[in-house]
Amino acid sequence: MSCKSGCDKHVLQKSRRKVLKGLAAGVAALALPAPNASASIWDAFFQEHFRELDKEGLQKVIARLEEQYSKEYGKQVNVKATPPIEGVRFGYGLDLSRCVGCRRCVYGCVQENNQSRSPQIHWIKVLQLEKEKGVYLDVAEHYYNPSEVPEKGHFYMPVQCQQCENPPCTKVCPVQATWPEKDGIVVVDYNWCIGCRYCMAACPYGARHFNWTKASLPAEEMNPDTHYLGNRPRPSGVVEKCTFCIQRTREKPGRYPACEEVCPVGARKFGNLLDPKSEMRYLIENKRVFLFKEDLNTQPKFFYFY
Amino acid sequence: MKNIWNFFKGTLTLTARGSTAYYCWVGALLLFMAVGAIAYVVQLKEGLIVTNMRDQVSWGFYISNFTFLVGVAAAAVLLVIPAYVYNWKPIKEIAILGELLAVSAIIMCLLFVTVDIGRPDRFWHLIPFVGLLNFPQSLLAWDVVVLNVYLILNLTIAVYYLYNLYYKREPNKKFTTPLLLFSIPAAISIHTVTAFLYNGLGARPFWNASILAPRFLASAFCSGPAFMILVFLLVRKYTRFQIKDEAVQKIAELIAYAMFINLFLLGAEIFKEYYTGSVHLAPMKYLLQGLHGHSALVPWIWTAMIFNFVAFLIFLIPETRRNNTTLIIGCVLIFVGVYIEKGMGLVLPGFIPDVLHEIYEYVPTGIEMLLALGIWATGLFVFTMLLRVAIPILNGDFHVADDGVGSYIGDQMFFIKKGSKEAPQEKQSLSMVSAED
Repeated sequence: MSCKSGCDKHVLQKSRRKVLKGLAAGVAALALPAPNASASIWDAFFQEHFRELDKEGLQKVIARLEEQYSKEYGKQVNVKATPPIEGVRFGYGLDLSRCVGCRRCVYGCVQENNQSRSPQIHWIKVLQLEKEKGVYLDVAEHYYNPSEVPEKGHFYMPVQCQQCENPPCTKVCPVQATWPEKDGIVVVDYNWCIGCRYCMAACPYGARHFNWTKASLPAEEMNPDTHYLGNRPRPSGVVEKCTFCIQRTREKPGRYPACEEVCPVGARKFGNLLDPKSEMRYLIENKRVFLFKEDLNTQPKFFYFY
Repeated sequence: MKNIWNFFKGTLTLTARGSTAYYCWVGALLLFMAVGAIAYVVQLKEGLIVTNMRDQVSWGFYISNFTFLVGVAAAAVLLVIPAYVYNWKPIKEIAILGELLAVSAIIMCLLFVTVDIGRPDRFWHLIPFVGLLNFPQSLLAWDVVVLNVYLILNLTIAVYYLYNLYYKREPNKKFTTPLLLFSIPAAISIHTVTAFLYNGLGARPFWNASILAPRFLASAFCSGPAFMILVFLLVRKYTRFQIKDEAVQKIAELIAYAMFINLFLLGAEIFKEYYTGSVHLAPMKYLLQGLHGHSALVPWIWTAMIFNFVAFLIFLIPETRRNNTTLIIGCVLIFVGVYIEKGMGLVLPGFIPDVLHEIYEYVPTGIEMLLALGIWATGLFVFTMLLRVAIPILNGDFHVADDGVGSYIGDQMFFIKKGSKEAPQEKQSLSMVSAED
């Protein structure tokens, strides 16, 4: 999706929505005994799409969310809306020959990104595959649980959002609640998603996850450094996914994604694809590269090396 | 304006009257609707976790029912084409019942989608110009548009037609004919768009076959008309409405053709997958044979196949087609067969095995089934109410009274036992109802 044709339309829609909002607020003011008490509920209900918020509107939304989360988790929660950095397009690399299948990335991600602990939501899935058969998913073991990894005769393939250049998931969303950002990260506006799960049907990598109920996230484990489009707590009934740790990678100085940082064998690489001197570019140019489900033309920015 | 209000008041009075059988039927439907509503409240409170859908199988029973019912709704066109394009009288008299079925089916479709989404409170994000409908990129956005257009179209035609008959006026053909003709491509479009919704996903090889939309249409032209025939036979038996045998026969004949095409297309798909034998065979194998020891759908799909094939033979052979008993059996077999095939049989193999080849076998929970039951009851309730008004109007038993304000209600019972001649006491029960009632 680009803004080429859409921007004027959005402005129009915005003014129309304001009319609707005014009408509804009027009705609400008449119908509700304590309009003050319910103001934030109505604000949340009528909150505009993230990309339609102006600066002031965004600040208001963020202030409301910070207050809500701080109250809920009993600590100061910070919600950022850091925009993409000019001249940056993120890419991820994973060396299949190094990965030992320890799943530290899976749980590092859960901690960093405030996923639900029960039911468990994992943005990364590690598949145990057979060396003899290669990437043959039919024999993939999803719930391998030996006392020690790696197991003989097997290799491990972590799968997470491939941050496609040509994402099938954003195309199908009926309300434009998900889109690729300028730095290539595919994000979701959790306050706009209607929870139809069409994107989950469209994603070839199983990278999208649904909040089937209210996420349980112990206050002491909650990471208070959050991004609006990333790891802030998600409401029930919406879809979420990996964002390359948008709350870390967009900062100056940037930090590596949590999964990259926690990997004990250095199988994970991350960097700016537009920088010719970056490690990512060197690896792509010098290693054997494998793109997952290449025939679907999703054009992943997640590169497997082997 | 006043006329509309009087008409509306008349219909309320009319729907409140009926025989004991009518009251029992409506009462049972209301009961099931209440059960469904309670199930929905539980689901709203707990979240969709009360269903057995999970990340691996992210659409289940609700979307299966939705898909099947879009087909039922689209099938009204099978009555409109012979009635209005070929101007064939026996069906023209009953085409309006098909439109009312379409209205009821679409309402059920919309309800099934509503209960499936995680944030129904954000429905307004889908409203064009108010929310951000992703048109024309998202096929779901297309579906929102075509389903609502089709609903409004059928509702407009039916209400306009009945309203005029009620006031003893000839409906203006210059208004109805273009709408009726437009309803033909509209009916085809709702089912095509719904098929494309699945069809366009490269991630799901089971759906990513160009044969999907034609198969959808072929099976829709079986299930919808089969249901219509059952309704016609019931209406003919238990109300005063007359339906000609040749109309029912013509529809049965059309079902035979549609079922042949449906079976042929299915065969073509099975051949392609099995002969190629690529990794994309897995979902088809799961459906027909079971995969790695998982075979929840296998008995269902074979039941459906046998039902469809037997029904095809029943509708193909003139003797069994003309026999009322075998005709009814055939209709029930087709309805059940297509319900399985175009419902769970279509949706689930899209997710099993999932994109990373994990197998999560899905079976709907009690809540899902009760909620679905409630929606079916709602659809049947809507259809019953529409028929309760439409049939007396078509029979001339419900029209404006001589004073031009009140309603004349000649049919107090609606459901009657017809076997033993027209009951004389019914004639006595004809009465005038004043507008003040």
